[in-house]
Amino acid sequence: MGKKIAKEVSIAIADAVAQCKVDVISAYPITPQTHIVEHLAELVNNGELDAEYIPVESEHAAMSACIGASAAGARTFTSTASQGLLLMYENLFIASALRLPIVMVIANRSISAPISIWNDHSDVMTIRDSGWIQTFAENGQEAVDLIYHAYKVAEKTLLPVAVNIDGFTLSHVIEPIELLDQDLVDKHIPPLRMKYKLDPKKPVSIGAIGIPEIYTEAKKAQDEALKASYKIIINAWRQFEKISGRKYQSVETYEMKDAEVALIIMGSLAETAMNAVDYLRRKGKKVGLIRFRLWRPFPLRDFIRSIGKVKALGVVDRAVSHCSTGGPVGIEVRSALYQSNKRPKVVNFIAGLSGRDVTKEDFIELFEKTYEALSKRPKVSYEIYGVKE
Amino acid sequence: MPKDQGLVSWKDLAPGMYILEPGNSVKFKTGDWRAYRPVLDKEKCIKCGMCYIFCPDLCYKKDEEGYFIVDLYYCKGCGICAANCPKGAITMVLEEA
Amino acid sequence: MRPELKKFKGFTLKKLPEYEGFAPGHRACQGCGTVLPLRLALKALGPNTIAVSATGCMEIISSPFPYTSWKIPWIHVAFENAASVASGIEAAIKILRKKGKIRSKQKINIVVFAGDGATFDIGLQFLSGALERGHDFIYICLDNEAYMNTGVQRSAATPYGAHTTTSPAGTLIKGQTTWKKNLMGIVVAHNIPYAATASPAYPTDLMNKVKKAALVNGPAFIHVFSPCPTGWGCKGEDSILLAKLAVETKVFPLYEVIDGKYIVKRITKPKPVEEYLKLQRRFRHLTAEQIEYIQKRVDEEYEKLIKLAECFAPED
Repeated sequence: MGKKIAKEVSIAIADAVAQCKVDVISAYPITPQTHIVEHLAELVNNGELDAEYIPVESEHAAMSACIGASAAGARTFTSTASQGLLLMYENLFIASALRLPIVMVIANRSISAPISIWNDHSDVMTIRDSGWIQTFAENGQEAVDLIYHAYKVAEKTLLPVAVNIDGFTLSHVIEPIELLDQDLVDKHIPPLRMKYKLDPKKPVSIGAIGIPEIYTEAKKAQDEALKASYKIIINAWRQFEKISGRKYQSVETYEMKDAEVALIIMGSLAETAMNAVDYLRRKGKKVGLIRFRLWRPFPLRDFIRSIGKVKALGVVDRAVSHCSTGGPVGIEVRSALYQSNKRPKVVNFIAGLSGRDVTKEDFIELFEKTYEALSKRPKVSYEIYGVKE
Repeated sequence: MPKDQGLVSWKDLAPGMYILEPGNSVKFKTGDWRAYRPVLDKEKCIKCGMCYIFCPDLCYKKDEEGYFIVDLYYCKGCGICAANCPKGAITMVLEEA
Repeated sequence: MRPELKKFKGFTLKKLPEYEGFAPGHRACQGCGTVLPLRLALKALGPNTIAVSATGCMEIISSPFPYTSWKIPWIHVAFENAASVASGIEAAIKILRKKGKIRSKQKINIVVFAGDGATFDIGLQFLSGALERGHDFIYICLDNEAYMNTGVQRSAATPYGAHTTTSPAGTLIKGQTTWKKNLMGIVVAHNIPYAATASPAYPTDLMNKVKKAALVNGPAFIHVFSPCPTGWGCKGEDSILLAKLAVETKVFPLYEVIDGKYIVKRITKPKPVEEYLKLQRRFRHLTAEQIEYIQKRVDEEYEKLIKLAECFAPED
């Protein structure tokens, strides 16, 4: 087993990417991802990482270069956030449909306007339909472990993977992190082998026109590939547990065994929420916490199983979907529940926008509001929590 | 059953809908687009190959005698060959109905 | 003279490569003057080539599923980013070769085919970035002077006075009101090893320029004048004639810029621009003043080019 060393999470992520022997890094800076691409540039320029570093001129170019490099058979990496993610938007759909195993770290940050560099999930919630595998980290160790996982899964499924870390609250904090031993990384992530790629020895045409007579079939094929990736994702976590001792699941639960009321949250705020759960449990309240680690493909069965016998769920969104029937996670949770026989009451809060602190006390209040839903149906689909009237 | 269904089963598509057979457009006939057909007068032809060079549809191939012969399977009848033959050896003739 | 170009032996009409990188059965219009330079470029580059297309006519006509006219590996991603995709491919090939994952020692040419819309307008940033970073690739702009694939809308490459659907010859405003963007000037400002203009009416010249572009180490750019009978309102058979007249009237001078040094093909007996304009319906509404203005500007731009050639001439 490796040693836990205090490292800034961004630096640790860059080190993990280097350990994965990435071939091409396509980098454009945007707060709060800059430390990742900066450290990678250092590693390359100091000869510690044998890779091509392309300092592109925009995020759209960053994803375009990744697509080109991946199609040519190289292991690629890029990172972005917020406006950058939105700028490369059209390429995200293309990368997934063209079945390219690109790995990207999104340092979640709110989107303009108003311009904001602080953390929430509005950026990643815009790419739910893109066909990317999407995972969420809650702390530095998870961020690094999800990188190893990302390359293994991406190259087995031939689908791009986005690893989400909270901007600043994860990317810029120093945590004790253990990197895997290099020989374990090499064994866990074999060299990239693509059957079809841009190679004059075996020419293929990539990106042909999807005429009406074939587009549906192409989308079905892509959809089935993302569906099939679920098994590969879970297996990769099982294999990882064997070499690292750390266990990962598609839906993580905390104190859910006999919970009557639970909150659902994603990302680093989960750890604060756990403190609230502990506090309320000491007071005798049967509360629990559910966190999505795997967001796409949506782990429907695992989620339904995870809620157990709860009577009320409070979904804590960190992004707004203006005037929809809930925040992004709220919408999906309600839709998932409707496809099952379970009918807990669902309340939806939107909290922690643009880095606004959500404290243990806030979570306790959110639990209380969820309890209220047991007797009184909420008047609104979603509530923006903590707003000054 | 819906009226429209795909060309091939989704299971038979290459991942990413890649086309695995390079240059397979040779199977597609564009020759039925044309209204005019180029006709070569071998007496005038000096085998310079300008028709071969200028054909956007790659219709010309050299035969054993060195004459460039048009492949009517693809020829769209644009007339570039006739217009650029230095000896006027090619005439565009109306295709019969 | 660049060491890579010292050993260069040009193609001649008698010495043409037999290789074709493009297959017939493509869906280009009859007489398309844009697919011809594409075919000739692939002929010059040979089979060790990877092509990237921007969205546009050439991409559409060559890849209607399940057919492809590309005999070499080819990728199409989006409209504006062909240069960035090529940058990624170039970096990948470089590092994979370094890591011993590509065993062949033969150079793999990476070529971009993009129209004027994709290059002059939406893709300008991406082209500039790729040129600045110095990737070893060739960018061929097939310029048919409008967004032809979507139905002949104006682009920054549309010449002054031309009728397009978004710069129509109306009663108040008669066609495109701005002069064609000087893209070669922008490209040359990036100090790349090789930039050139070419016309399909001069096929061996075009192929030689493509070959030189492939030989240099670093970015190369070729601006190809590409007639479009459908969009310009001329006969299909006139494509080559127009490609020739454009050069002979100095509307589209042929020149190379090698390491900042200009080599210009001098037109000693230029034809009047009217001879070129009158064959195209997109110019039929031009007033005498407009034609006079075009002639004046064409003469001025050509003089500027000659002066550049005199100031920045190659030493040998």
